[in-house]
Amino acid sequence: MNLLQAEQLSVGWRRPAHRPVSFTLARGEILALAGPNGAGKSTLLAMLAGGGARVFSGGVRLAPSLRIGFQAQHPLPVAGVPLSGAELLALTGASPQGLPEPLTACLRRRLDKLSGGQRQYLSLWSILQAPADLLLLDEPGNHLDKAMLAGLPAVLRARAGQGAGIVLVSHDAELARACCDRLLRVESCDD
Amino acid sequence: MTDFLSQLLLFWRPGLTGALLALLLPLLGLYLRLRQEYWAALAYGQVGAAGALGAMALGLPHIAGGLALGLAVAGAKHRLEKRLPPAGLFPLLFILGWSLSLLLTANLPGVERLGAALFEGQLYFAGVEMLCGAALALIVGTLFLWRTGRLLLLASLCPVHCHAQRLPVWRVGMGFDLLAAASLALAVMSLGVMGAFALVFIPPWLAFALAPGWRAALAVAPVLAFFAYVVAFVLALIHDQPFGPTLVLVLGVLALPGALAMRFAGHAESGKAHHFHPDDGKA
Repeated sequence: MNLLQAEQLSVGWRRPAHRPVSFTLARGEILALAGPNGAGKSTLLAMLAGGGARVFSGGVRLAPSLRIGFQAQHPLPVAGVPLSGAELLALTGASPQGLPEPLTACLRRRLDKLSGGQRQYLSLWSILQAPADLLLLDEPGNHLDKAMLAGLPAVLRARAGQGAGIVLVSHDAELARACCDRLLRVESCDD
Repeated sequence: MTDFLSQLLLFWRPGLTGALLALLLPLLGLYLRLRQEYWAALAYGQVGAAGALGAMALGLPHIAGGLALGLAVAGAKHRLEKRLPPAGLFPLLFILGWSLSLLLTANLPGVERLGAALFEGQLYFAGVEMLCGAALALIVGTLFLWRTGRLLLLASLCPVHCHAQRLPVWRVGMGFDLLAAASLALAVMSLGVMGAFALVFIPPWLAFALAPGWRAALAVAPVLAFFAYVVAFVLALIHDQPFGPTLVLVLGVLALPGALAMRFAGHAESGKAHHFHPDDGKA
């Protein structure tokens, strides 16, 4: 059964951001949204999360009682906030099990005292391992160093293997190729 | 010593009222700081003061007036924020509340005494009803934050994720606004405008900088605030000083070593910054 089914869907804020797209996503599948900057990929993802973007054409059908997790492309606003990595995972209900060893050691430290890459990985992990059927990830590879980036496809595959459907936006074509079952090209209305 | 004990017996009720609020205000301050609503503390306090003075001018109970105006403003916050340019609502409410309070105090002789108490932070007006109000606010506030603190925190950090998970963010946010407005209106009538603001601002400010995590901050801020409150209460009674400024001074003195510790901690942290080695990720 499909987790979501979009038909001739075009979304935007004040006007359509992209040309109509149609796609489906089943449990265990990973779909990448590709396209140039400003093509409306993040807007489409935000709309699927219920984040306020307007539907200009077509529509989307979501499976009933779908639990959605959303990872924004901007870093977590934790500068100056006394929040440890372990507390962040507890907030979203994510388990630390399976977290790479060096990051496990960081769990007790404040997030604002970690490097940008460590913070981004924990932030991604907190959403990726949260209880959800559909995961919407906006640029999950941002700020990650080579080693973390190299391990990311396996982590995404493992999560999909647990039955979650994943839609991700990434400007990193290599990451998209390494972990996605399908790639959907999103084209701006201006093109 | 005998003088002090007799004064303590005389002022035990306002003293206890303030002590209860000194435990609640820093908890609210932590979430206000997290939500970047520093100005809300001043705005709700000043609006509460104006409501109390307005009610007194009309011959109504001042506590009811302060609470009613504070709650009305908190209830209308979302609508007002949508209609005003960004980041203007709370500073605007603060200066309007200040203006209204001073004009009422200057023109209505009946409210002069209360007005002076609100601005100077004299504790001596707290009666049984204020004590009960403070106890109720502490119980309701602690239970509310215990049940919803996780959501308030998550909504500040990952708002779209909360939305996607269909969590009751709006309802909880509104509950928090009402709780903050009611507690600050009560606090202003007990501790004065600046005394209440200092308890909302300084202990959370130090806790944000020094605590290793959120749970620790939830413990550190009320302990600091309660300690400062007790010291200020004793000093104000012994030296016959207005309570509000004494409390602000004690909190300020407490903040100085805290600020130095923050600076030191910041340097120490930057000195031992951990860098992620590429091999680390191959776990």
